[in-house]
Amino acid sequence: MTKMIGQRAIASLLSLLGLMILVFFLSRLTGDPAVLFLPIDATEAMKQQFRTLHGLDLPLIEQFARYVWDLLHLDFGESLRKARPAIDVVLEAYAWTLPLALITMGLVVTSAIILGSLAAFKVGGFFDRLVSIISLIGASAPDFWIAIVAIVVFSIGLGWVPTSGVGTPLHWVLPIAVLFIRPFGLVVQVVRGSMISALGAPYVKTARAKGVKNLPLIFVHTLRNGMLPVITVIGDQAAALLNGAVIVETIFGFPGVGKLMIDSILQRDFNVVLAAIMVTAVAIFIMNILIDVAYGLLDPRIRN
Amino acid sequence: MSEPLLTVRNLSVDFHTARGTVNAVKNVSWSVGRGETLAILGESGSGKSVSANAVMNLLDIPPAEIVSGEIFYEGEDLLKVSYEKHRALNGKKIAMIFQDPLGHLNPVYTVGWQIIEMMTAHGRPADMARARAMELIIRVGIPEPEQAMHKYPHQFSGGQRQRLMIAMALMLKPDILIADEPTTALDVTIQAEVLALLKELQAETGMALVLITHDLGVVAEIADRVVVMNKGEIVEEGSVRDVYHNAKHPYTRKLIDAAPGKGEIRLLDQAAPLLLEAKKLCKTYGNFAALQDVSLTLARGQSLAVVGESGSGKSTLARTLLCLEEADSGEALWKGRDLISMGRSELLGVRRQIQMVFQDPTQSLNPRMSVYQLIAEGWDIHKLMPDRSKRRARVIELLEQVGLDAEHVDRYPHQFSGGQRQRIAIARALALEPELIICDEAVSALDVSIQAQVIALLDDLRQRLGISFLFIAHDLGVVRDFADTVIVMKSGEIVERGPTAQIFDAPQHPYTQRLLAANLDPDPDVQAQRRAALIHA
Repeated sequence: MTKMIGQRAIASLLSLLGLMILVFFLSRLTGDPAVLFLPIDATEAMKQQFRTLHGLDLPLIEQFARYVWDLLHLDFGESLRKARPAIDVVLEAYAWTLPLALITMGLVVTSAIILGSLAAFKVGGFFDRLVSIISLIGASAPDFWIAIVAIVVFSIGLGWVPTSGVGTPLHWVLPIAVLFIRPFGLVVQVVRGSMISALGAPYVKTARAKGVKNLPLIFVHTLRNGMLPVITVIGDQAAALLNGAVIVETIFGFPGVGKLMIDSILQRDFNVVLAAIMVTAVAIFIMNILIDVAYGLLDPRIRN
Repeated sequence: MSEPLLTVRNLSVDFHTARGTVNAVKNVSWSVGRGETLAILGESGSGKSVSANAVMNLLDIPPAEIVSGEIFYEGEDLLKVSYEKHRALNGKKIAMIFQDPLGHLNPVYTVGWQIIEMMTAHGRPADMARARAMELIIRVGIPEPEQAMHKYPHQFSGGQRQRLMIAMALMLKPDILIADEPTTALDVTIQAEVLALLKELQAETGMALVLITHDLGVVAEIADRVVVMNKGEIVEEGSVRDVYHNAKHPYTRKLIDAAPGKGEIRLLDQAAPLLLEAKKLCKTYGNFAALQDVSLTLARGQSLAVVGESGSGKSTLARTLLCLEEADSGEALWKGRDLISMGRSELLGVRRQIQMVFQDPTQSLNPRMSVYQLIAEGWDIHKLMPDRSKRRARVIELLEQVGLDAEHVDRYPHQFSGGQRQRIAIARALALEPELIICDEAVSALDVSIQAQVIALLDDLRQRLGISFLFIAHDLGVVRDFADTVIVMKSGEIVERGPTAQIFDAPQHPYTQRLLAANLDPDPDVQAQRRAALIHA
């Protein structure tokens, strides 16, 4: 187990390196930041001064070497736009994205497991059909559309929650609700499918022959086996949220990492883009390790 | 017979499937009394497990439907009691064990937890359950019981897992134990131990035992009475001796006659030219020696059986001879040329001459390929039969050779029975006109009557086409009927070898003797004699 995690860590470090190279050079392809940052009537001398100040006039390779050197000292450089360390800007945004992702995924996992398992227990029954329809709608509904409709109905129409921004707990309700829908629909379907096949397993027959009651039969005997494929999908969905829910964050004016990333790309704030991508990659890498650990905890056959 | 404890009366169960309604059992009646062992004997698809599953409320309804019948236990019809009441009986009064203990134990919980749960699920306190579990784990002979409680199912051997299942089933001292093919997946010596354990425990507790099996030997060894099932109906019932010696129904007769190991033993033709010779093959996986100095010879047109229990190295030997596994040392000479040092293209040519038939045709045949594609595929790989227009006729010819019809050519594996599928696998091997066919447990998964037909087919091919066979098997009866020479393997080593008659009539090595002694004879009198001799010894 420890060995496996060690191998995963090394592989992840290599992919982080590759990612950094890719993002560094690709972002330079988007154009010259000086053009965007300075006023339209800025002279060529002003632009040159800006470039020299930020090291943008150096050969690309030298810029890259400097960047890597700084990175080794955990220095991601300054944000061009905010004139503060890029890493601070990114971590500030993460302080918003992380709780948003955790709360949403927590709700998704709990509700999807309960509803999916119960639906799987009586396949084709009323409850199963209801859950299937709801999850299908959830998995296929476009979130930007739901976000806008939700604002129209709940904020403007009913006035229950604010339209956008942050500040009170009520501000969190709509972003979480909108982000919840799609992963919920997907995870319910995976839980249901996985539980249907797990409930057909021979050990479930043994449990029934033992006289085990239905609830422990589903949630003790079967669920732990049925969770194995589900965990992969949960990890996948959680990774998408950690990436920052770009559209939803933008619509609700939520200052998370998704909104930060899209703003920084539009403004050619390279250091922030790079820092955001690297931090996200590390977060996803940590989550993958957590998933591996979860596998091991659930299934003793993987442990040894 | 004493007052029946459990009575099944006129039970009929249908299964509603996409292809129509199947009458799984029709008007089945049987009963079992305290301390009695009833065997329900039948081949796959005979419906032998259906009534027992109905007793345990384990049928999935739908697709199953109980059309009519009654199941009486303690004066109540189990088909009419509430779900909750039935649940409370399961495990407590009527317990069940199954064929494949690895699949039937939950892989993610410790066996201790699973055994204890049998009592806690019925409201007994956990500490009492723990004490009882320890007592039973010791009783069924699991070493290091304290540690065993904290281990998971995959950490035990097949025989130990079945012992643990038995311990679990006996936690609440049930009146009735239903055992569904409890020893089918086990080696013969382990099977003998598990059956002996069941008998001892029955004598201690006085429980009734309902044993579902396809194996006449198991019936002869353990049962008092037997009901024989065919196509959902009971065709014969009575005491085991009576049914064996005076079977009235033709199906029962056929089943008894099909039991392997009763024919003439073939005499070895010493003059046949040598085809395959292995010299001192060794193969280790880490610290585990899978093959140790294994040498053998196989002549043209002969069949060499490799016998041994699981883990003895039989399959590793086959894979090493096919160069699917690389031997650590030793030689494997095919017509005098060393397979192990052979180049790729030469090896490809030899691969055509050596074909393999596997144990489970359901898994060894690609479900998405038609019979034609399955059989003709080898011709593409080996660039044979370039004239595609002739291929179809040849495939049909091969199908007829293995007893299938021309109309089967475009069907898919799932449309055939297990026996037919194994015939397709044999036709696939024959398509490349091999000189040697390696059969790795090729008839173990088949019903006895089908098994006899497939063995007859293989024997016919051996005689007509002069094909040699390397026949890996654990069923000694089948080996006795088919092999010219026998090799007995244990822990990667050959412990005994010789012509079939010598191995069966005068085994020298104690392990061979043990294997033969554990092999069950379908004749209950023979089994009774062996038991008496064993007790005497």
